[in-house]
Amino acid sequence: MSHTAPNLSSKAVPTSGPITMVDAIRQAMFEEMERDPAVVAIGEDIGVYGGAFKVTDGLLAKFGRERVIETPIAETAIIGAACGMSFLGLRPVAEMQFIDFIACCFNQVTNFVAKSHYLWGAPVPMVIRGPSGGGVHGGPFHSANPEMYFVHTPGLKVIYPSTPSDAKGLLKSAIRDNNPVLFFEHKYLYRRLKEEMPPGDYTVPIGKAIVRRPGRDMTIVSYAAMAHTAMEAAVELAKEGIEAEVIDLRTLLPLDKETILASVKKTNKLLVVHEDTRTGGIAGEIAALVFEGAFEDLDGPVARVTALDTPVPYSPPLEERFLPNTEKVVAAARELAKY
Amino acid sequence: MTQFPTQSPPKSTAQPEASPLTRAHHLDLYYYMQLNRQLEERMVRLFRQNKIVGGLYSSLGQEAVSVGTCYALEKRDWIAPMIRNIGALLVKGVPPRDIFTQHMAKFTSPTQGKDGTSHFGDLKVRHIVSPISMLGDLIPVMTGVAMAGRYLGQNIVALTWIGDGGSSTGAFHEGLGLAASQRAPFVLIIENNQWAYSTPVSRQVPVQNLADRGAAYGITSTIVDGNDVVAVYEATKEAVNECRAGRGPQIIEVKTMRMRGHAQHDPAEYVPKEMFDYWKARDPITLYEKYLTENKIWDAATKSEIDARIERELDVEQKFAEDSPLPPPELAEEGVYCDGCHKIEADWKRAKAEVMPPKSSIDPTWRLKDLPAYTQAAIAGGNGAKNPAQTAAPAPVAAPTPATSPAIQKSAPAPAPERAELQPEHLAAGVAAEDPAVPRVPFGRGPKDKAFRQSPENPQNKPAYSRAPKEKSFAQNSQQKSFSKGPRNKPFGKNAQGKPFTKNPQDKQGRR
Repeated sequence: MSHTAPNLSSKAVPTSGPITMVDAIRQAMFEEMERDPAVVAIGEDIGVYGGAFKVTDGLLAKFGRERVIETPIAETAIIGAACGMSFLGLRPVAEMQFIDFIACCFNQVTNFVAKSHYLWGAPVPMVIRGPSGGGVHGGPFHSANPEMYFVHTPGLKVIYPSTPSDAKGLLKSAIRDNNPVLFFEHKYLYRRLKEEMPPGDYTVPIGKAIVRRPGRDMTIVSYAAMAHTAMEAAVELAKEGIEAEVIDLRTLLPLDKETILASVKKTNKLLVVHEDTRTGGIAGEIAALVFEGAFEDLDGPVARVTALDTPVPYSPPLEERFLPNTEKVVAAARELAKY
Repeated sequence: MTQFPTQSPPKSTAQPEASPLTRAHHLDLYYYMQLNRQLEERMVRLFRQNKIVGGLYSSLGQEAVSVGTCYALEKRDWIAPMIRNIGALLVKGVPPRDIFTQHMAKFTSPTQGKDGTSHFGDLKVRHIVSPISMLGDLIPVMTGVAMAGRYLGQNIVALTWIGDGGSSTGAFHEGLGLAASQRAPFVLIIENNQWAYSTPVSRQVPVQNLADRGAAYGITSTIVDGNDVVAVYEATKEAVNECRAGRGPQIIEVKTMRMRGHAQHDPAEYVPKEMFDYWKARDPITLYEKYLTENKIWDAATKSEIDARIERELDVEQKFAEDSPLPPPELAEEGVYCDGCHKIEADWKRAKAEVMPPKSSIDPTWRLKDLPAYTQAAIAGGNGAKNPAQTAAPAPVAAPTPATSPAIQKSAPAPAPERAELQPEHLAAGVAAEDPAVPRVPFGRGPKDKAFRQSPENPQNKPAYSRAPKEKSFAQNSQQKSFSKGPRNKPFGKNAQGKPFTKNPQDKQGRR
């Protein structure tokens, strides 16, 4: 079989200038697959079509069907096969077409993948990545934030970046990590912001939060799309003289306790904002963490702004009601500031 | 009168003169089957002495399956045992002490007490993947093992077992679908032991042979008498050879019988006595002993020699296990993550350049020849790579025609039902269009809730959702009362003097 070399120009990632999160993730995939032949991609429609969100566009042309494996619609098979591949030293990156569908392979992820190293010393160096989150009217089965099922599962690492450069650097770290990593990509952020990538082969460490904005009056902890909401709220609050410190968690498991506690010890107040539903969301865990580690430094109750305890509704006004937004964060922060 | 088995297990096709097994191989098979049985008999005694910490699952009567299948593999091949495949672990070279210590939850066990039974593995030396208790999950995992082995050019075969019960799980079907679509070098042994815990196979599966399911995936399937170790070996050997030749996954259904309950606690009183009698007369070890004698492969002296060796070995192994300590409690905190404790490196048996650009690059489009329905031609160039000869991907072959079921082409499709037949009765009868005057009752609210409807008080058709009562913010709550227990008017966290209130003895009254 002979054919001309495929023209990748339309699908290749821009080599300079600011790029979107989709491009940044794709760039990470390209670079890692070029760096290490043990890295393979597996998932539904990730080849010829390039993935439902075009994250893997161009990978098949460059790396071929042995490394870009298109599967039947069978999430348990995808995760199981990726796990089996990792036992032979490969580093598969499995795509969930929407991260909501990870529920289909929950057993495989939580019982097989997560427990292998603890129980019988078998590391599972694989990544499960996929689009998550709401705000795009995807409805109840295409908008979920199911991260906490997995934050509650020992053995996994859970990453949820908010910027293109973090997405790229963290995905590279995830692929190189010896443990199973869940990589949530907020689809609202896929194409809404652009950022210049740091030069060279850079990575972002897993398990390290970042202070996006310093402040003295309260700490707002958030991640993913809500990290941007928190930043917008902080700008609003600053107009009222409330200087909020904004922490972007980036990794949810293992959680960067040090950064959270250090900030709360400085500001004495904590507001947690997340797009996940309220009950069992990470705000509860962070509150407990602060009670354990910084109780005497608190000047007010730990506050949280979260999504409602409902499925993600479809119709725009319903989804708007469901999701946290800047106004809700500002209102909660104002109340907290009164203490 | 007896209804079982529904079909007599097929006669062994194994002919001693045609068998490639040498005398040493034949004696090996006996050794491993007898070792399997005696090991488990000892564990039953340990269980009765309360020395087995958890459950004990017997493979009595199924030894020929574990041993015969695994014996057909090579050292480089991978297995993932199920709970009743201790014999396969032994064939793979796992010492009996590992089985004893696992069951006794000892620190010296392969999992150091973190898991029991045959739940342990060995990635580096013996190529064993540990099972989990949820059935079926090993099938996609071993499909991945097979795919990775092919990718790395290792020419390995991955083999796992599933029971008749486990063949109903979703993972079973998803895994077989992927294995078939990838033509993975994967062998699945469906170990039909007639019972899924207390449910007979006829109540789980509406086909006569579990092997019949292979046809649905285009996977070649074979049925074997699971109590004939030579037949099991030969069928597996053939399947493994097919896999290694690139002909895709293979299924073997072995018909056998679980001669004890699901686990040691289960007396299996639900099994008709005649069924036990039928299979007891077909005990795999007794049958094989007879076979060895009739074919003059051994004599009584050889048998006693092997039996004595097994006793000697097991004495040592059991003593080791009984003398071993339980794990230190702090071990519970260790090993959740691999923090560099393992070096992860693939064992490449082909040039890495073959899977790297530019060699790996392809034209990423589907062509008519990729779509057999349009061309009636077999898919060519499994990998679609520029140079198909470079890859370990399977050579293109015609789709396998399973011998166990009629060819698909011959079965005429059922006529499509008339549209009306699909209509539920109340719709077919005709229902008046919904009265627009009657508002729909929203979930969770009664029809009296005017706030939720558009009404004269809401002339702008303002959406009802904006009129829902506001949630109380925590601040409203906090004005009424601090959220913590006990009467406290002081600012949260510190008392009026600025000291942390936890150090103020007065505060203790209000606290638990």
